[in-house]
Amino acid sequence: MRVSPVRVLRAAGMAYVEVLQNIPLLVWLVIAVFGLPEIGVIAGLFTTSVVVIALYQGAYMAEAVRSGINAVPAGQGEAARALGLSFVQSLRLVVLPQALRTVVQPLGNIAIMTLMNTALAAAVGVVELTAAANRVNLAEAQPIWIFVTAGLAYMALSGVLGLASGALERKWAILR
Amino acid sequence: MIEVRSLHKRFGDHTALKDVDLDVARGEVVVVIGPSGSGKSTLCRCLNRLETPDSGVIRFDGADLPAEGRALARLRADVGMVFQSFNLFQHKTVLENLTLAPTRVRGTSRAEAERNARELLDRVGIGEQADKLPAQLSGGQQQRAAIARALAMRPKAMLFDEPTSALDPEMVGEVLDVMTGLARDGMTMVVVTHEMGFARQVADRVVFMADGEVVETGEPSAFFDSPPRTGPGTSWPRSSATSGTAVILRRAGHGAPPEKG
Repeated sequence: MRVSPVRVLRAAGMAYVEVLQNIPLLVWLVIAVFGLPEIGVIAGLFTTSVVVIALYQGAYMAEAVRSGINAVPAGQGEAARALGLSFVQSLRLVVLPQALRTVVQPLGNIAIMTLMNTALAAAVGVVELTAAANRVNLAEAQPIWIFVTAGLAYMALSGVLGLASGALERKWAILR
Repeated sequence: MIEVRSLHKRFGDHTALKDVDLDVARGEVVVVIGPSGSGKSTLCRCLNRLETPDSGVIRFDGADLPAEGRALARLRADVGMVFQSFNLFQHKTVLENLTLAPTRVRGTSRAEAERNARELLDRVGIGEQADKLPAQLSGGQQQRAAIARALAMRPKAMLFDEPTSALDPEMVGEVLDVMTGLARDGMTMVVVTHEMGFARQVADRVVFMADGEVVETGEPSAFFDSPPRTGPGTSWPRSSATSGTAVILRRAGHGAPPEKG
């Protein structure tokens, strides 16, 4: 939206990114979990956390995609429009495919960051991997082994994401 | 076919076009020349509204150029454009570059679009490059592919915005050959270029621009070979391409006082 020729859309995109990125995720989680019921929005802890994390990481994704769009030479869009493609078609068929290819790696990193940030949901009472490890620890009193295991699980998951984004990047590499 | 009346365009403080008039008849080849920054590229880009003029009228086939939207897209589909920097779609093969717009804009079937594309690639002499990516081609081949891509839409007119300026000298000829062939086939063309040889041999009319204005317009023979009207007693070389530049620059007031009347 921040590259849109429509001013209102551009402003909305900018507001979304700036508001979300400039407040820490943990603060957002606390605001959502304790604030939303106050204004009458009742949702489960899990649902609330998922939505907040998705919105928050979405702002980072949006910025990565924007940098990708800006990296596509202006002539590409011009050539598309000169051939009679509409603005939407030139964006969808020419500009975005090239933009996304250049930002596969940053998007992969953001995906990994999203995974890591799920640990913050433990702070507002969602039993995810870190909270689960904590509970096991309370019962078993083996902090090192339990948290190292949880850490290895995070590493395994992020390793899969990293390999996937690396493979995509190689597959979609564009010659310039 | 193309009518331009009192076109004005400013970029901030800089006036790119001042009161420009231009007429291009069907089948005519008009070559626009002039020093860098004279507004010739801007004029070319205004003709299919990649650049929006501040005021003035542009008519194509008698109808005013529409504002951005569907109608403009339809018109652009009928006017091919070739850019200085080729602007082939980098993520698509040469063949896909040629079939994208016909299938998406004209609704041509994929099979027919590909058949037509291969014919065009053969015509510009790069049939064997169809399945390569643009970056794997030389500059001259890329520009020929870009011309073929524009022709794939079966345009009524073609705009060339300095098509050979980004090319190594040894590749200029192959692109100019393709353009000369097009002109011989009766294509309506507006060509912005520094290639005086091309202007002299292929143009029906040469338009000389300086400082955003059309300074002079005429047939190439009159333009390049007529006795100079400036400065008595000066001898003018008449044969080489560069002498043409000298004549034109002199006429535009660079290097000698312009003649009145």
